[in-house]
Formats: sequence, C-alpha cells, structure tokens
Amino acid sequence: MATHTRYAPDRGLTVRITATLFLLGLVFVAFVALLIGIMTAAHASGAAIILVAVIFGGGSAFISLFYSDKIALAAAGAHEVSPQQAPELHGIVDRLCALADMDKPRVAIAPARMPNAFATGRNSKNSVLCVTEGLLYHSGLTQEELEGVLAHELSHVAHKDVQVMTYASLLAIVAGLLVRFAFYSELFGGGRRGGDNGQAALLIPLIMLASIVVYAISFLLIRLLSRYRELAADRSGALLTQNPSALISALTKVSQGMNRIPTQDLRAAESLNAFYFAPAMKLAGGRGGGASLSALFSTHPSLDKRIEQLTKIQRELGQVDSGPRGLR
Amino acid sequence: MGFLDTILGRTKPVQPKLDDLFGLPSAAVQLEAATGFKPTGSGSVSFRAPEGKPFADIQKEVLELLDMDNGKPGGGLPVEVTKDSYGYTWLVVSHMSDEIDALVTDLHAVNSALVDGGFGPQLLCTLVAFTDDSHRRLSLVYLYKRGTFYPFAPLGGGNNRDNALELQVKGVLGDDLKFEQDLTRWFPVWGAPGL
Repeated sequence: MATHTRYAPDRGLTVRITATLFLLGLVFVAFVALLIGIMTAAHASGAAIILVAVIFGGGSAFISLFYSDKIALAAAGAHEVSPQQAPELHGIVDRLCALADMDKPRVAIAPARMPNAFATGRNSKNSVLCVTEGLLYHSGLTQEELEGVLAHELSHVAHKDVQVMTYASLLAIVAGLLVRFAFYSELFGGGRRGGDNGQAALLIPLIMLASIVVYAISFLLIRLLSRYRELAADRSGALLTQNPSALISALTKVSQGMNRIPTQDLRAAESLNAFYFAPAMKLAGGRGGGASLSALFSTHPSLDKRIEQLTKIQRELGQVDSGPRGLR
Repeated sequence: MGFLDTILGRTKPVQPKLDDLFGLPSAAVQLEAATGFKPTGSGSVSFRAPEGKPFADIQKEVLELLDMDNGKPGGGLPVEVTKDSYGYTWLVVSHMSDEIDALVTDLHAVNSALVDGGFGPQLLCTLVAFTDDSHRRLSLVYLYKRGTFYPFAPLGGGNNRDNALELQVKGVLGDDLKFEQDLTRWFPVWGAPGL
C-alpha cells in the first residue's frame, strides 16, 4: 500500500551529503593505498609508525564513541534528571519520541548559563539528550521553541550522527597521529640511521607530507559533513514537530544569546562544539574573506542558511495538497 | 531507519498503524469482567497540528463529519477540541458508556481522515477512558506509531500513577490486545483531555 506522504525529500541535501562522503571515502582509499605501498616497501620503522598510529587512532576513536555519552556529560558538568525532577522536559521528550517512534534517550541538564543543547551516545539505547539551564530558564524560549530545539537534537540521535561523525573523523585522527609520530621519529630517530637506510630519510617525510595533506582535506570535509548534518537535523526536527516557525525563532533567540555571553564561558564549552545545537564558539572571522573562511571551518551552518531551509519547509506546509502523491 | 537513511541523515515520517484499535470493544468487555472497570464513554485522539491552512481545513472537515449525527441514538455529544500545554491538539469524543463500538468508530474516523489527508505521521496517541465503582481512573492509550496499547492510571492530583493497577490490566488484557512490551514507552499523559 503506497502511503500518502506530504513530505518532499530534500534531494539537494542528500546529494551534497553523498558527495561529501564519497570524497571522504576517496581520500581514505588513496591514503590507505599509499600507506600500504610504504609498508610493503619493507621499511621497518615506517611500517611500525603506521601500525601504531592506526591502532592508537582507531582505539581512541572507539573509546570516545563507546563512552561518548559519559564523556560529554562529564565535560559539560551535566547530571541526569528523572521524570520527577523535570516533568515538563520529560513530557516533551516523551511525546516527541512517541511521535517519531524512537527509543527515549536519557535526559540531562547542564548548569551552564549559555543557552544550548546537545545529544550524544553511540546508539539510540545509549544516548543522552542534554540541555543547559540557560536554555531552560534564561533564554526566554517558549515551550514550542524548546520543543523545536529538542526535536532537532532527537533527530541527531535518530540519524546516528555521533557514530557517523566518529567514523568520518577516523581518517583525520590517524593522519593527525601520523604527522606527529613521523615528526618525532625524524627528530629522535635521525641519529640512528645508518648508511644502508637511506630510504628512511625519504620515506618518513613522505608519510608526514601525505598525512598533512590528508588531514587538511579530511578536516574540511568533516566540517562540511557536520554542517550538512545540522541542516538535516533541522529539517527532520521541523518535520517532526510540524512547526518550523518555532525552530526559526528558537534559533534566532539562542544565537543572539550566544553573542552576548562572555568569552571564557565560551572557551570552556569548545570541546563539545560539534554536538551542540548552535555553535558555542564563533571563529574569529571578520568581514569579506574572513567570514567565508570561518564558514569553511565551522561545524554549524550559518544562521541564515538554517533559517532559509526552514522557511522553505514552512512554505511547503502551507501549500495545499495537490493530490494523493503529496507535494511532488 | 535503514542504513542508507542513517548515512544520508534523513528520517522518513513514521506512518501510523490503525487496525489494532478495533480490538478495543472486546477488550473492554474482558476488562469489566476481570477488574470491574467500565468505559466512561469518552475517548480522545491526540495529534500534533501542523502550521498552515491545509491542516486546519482537514480538522474542520473531521469535526463536521463527527458532529453530523449529534442527538441521534448512538450519535453522542459534540466533539470537543482542546490544545494541551505541550502544544498537542485533542479531539474528545463522548458517547454513552455502553456505546464503545460507536466510540471506536468515531475515533477511527478521525484517524482515517487525517491519514487520507497525508497527516498520518502527526498522530500521537488515542485514549479511551475507564472507571470503576470506587471512581479510580484508568485509560488505555493506543500508540499509533507502534500499534500497541498500554494502560495509564493516574493517582490523585499529583503526578503519580498506579503502577500495580497498570500491570494488572496488562496481565488481564495482554493476550487480547497488542500490548506495548517496552515499559519505557508507557509514557504518562497527565491531565489529558477525556481522561
């Protein structure tokens, strides 16, 4: 039975996410091929460095994924709240989860005054949704706006964004470690190199150079992916609550709040930036070229982009249904 | 959510399951025989009203449809529309306490009208109220997205629920109705209209 749906998929966003992932995969394959090439050149110290970097990088990524909920809660100083302690908040999350047919994440509150929210955890059973006291009490959000924010965060959980971003970052982590290892082995291993080991003098800088290039490219791609996933979460969240207007006004309020907060508070929150509702730290980008550069590096799309997309959904919801196949 | 949806960061709206709702009348008979709880005759449908005119139009149509047979035998009272503090809209349908078949038919009419209009994903839950001789309150809540029922028995004025009674009801009806096995999804609906 073809179910009648009113939701037109956002093909543009799908294409952009696919292209980003494809490029990341391409860099990954090229990098692995290069590393295997270097390792099969039977150079012991090079192979060892690569192996150690892969094990360390993979290990640390796995640990951070596995404990992502605990790490994030600890970093934010948040504590879990029971339905008795925060009945309103739980009530909203309960209903949204029932509407979306998803497992309910644990709910936590962080003491920060900055209005923000994040969701993290390796899978839907182990995820936690955290909001700051600033968002709940000091941001002046109405219940509908708060609901929009929570729906955005629940969409991150549904999209398994923590997992996807961890896997996507794996390459950058390994490449970053390789740069460091190769650098140290150049520094400290240089004296031990004999005359027959002339290859090493060439190979280790080569690993370093390749790693730097891979790190830079994958860093940019990951940031790009992160921005697309924010847009995807905005979209899913707005479609879940069917109230894009509330999400727009929440975004505007929260973003204005961000600009008013003193900097030392912001710096303390930087480590959680990628999972936040709105970025806690603004990159020091000025006008013109500076602004576009900061847009390239930031984990979140600009407020304008997010509002533009939500306005499109707003229009779609207001349109009269044109037939049994929905809008398109 | 499939693998591809995860990779692409998109969610498909979840369509509601409506059919299991029709198990209610026979379950109500069984519930009364085993626990003494009788239907009060009122039930409600809760959904998230989207912004925009298309939905407002459909909601108006539904109300007109339901109120057409007012006053006739089995027609019941006019439908009440309320918006709760969480922003969900509740349509409360009231019948005589022995007309649970008519009640379920009315609730289903609301559901199918919304689904036909393409608003199926907006349905949250439906609730049918029961009470016993000592005026304890109980409701059976139907979760559209899961197609399952769970009991909700509020206690007193505060936010307390009678878990023992709820589990008793699950024991009585567990074989007849499709019950929600995951207890974490038995979410409370304090102060729900029609309770």
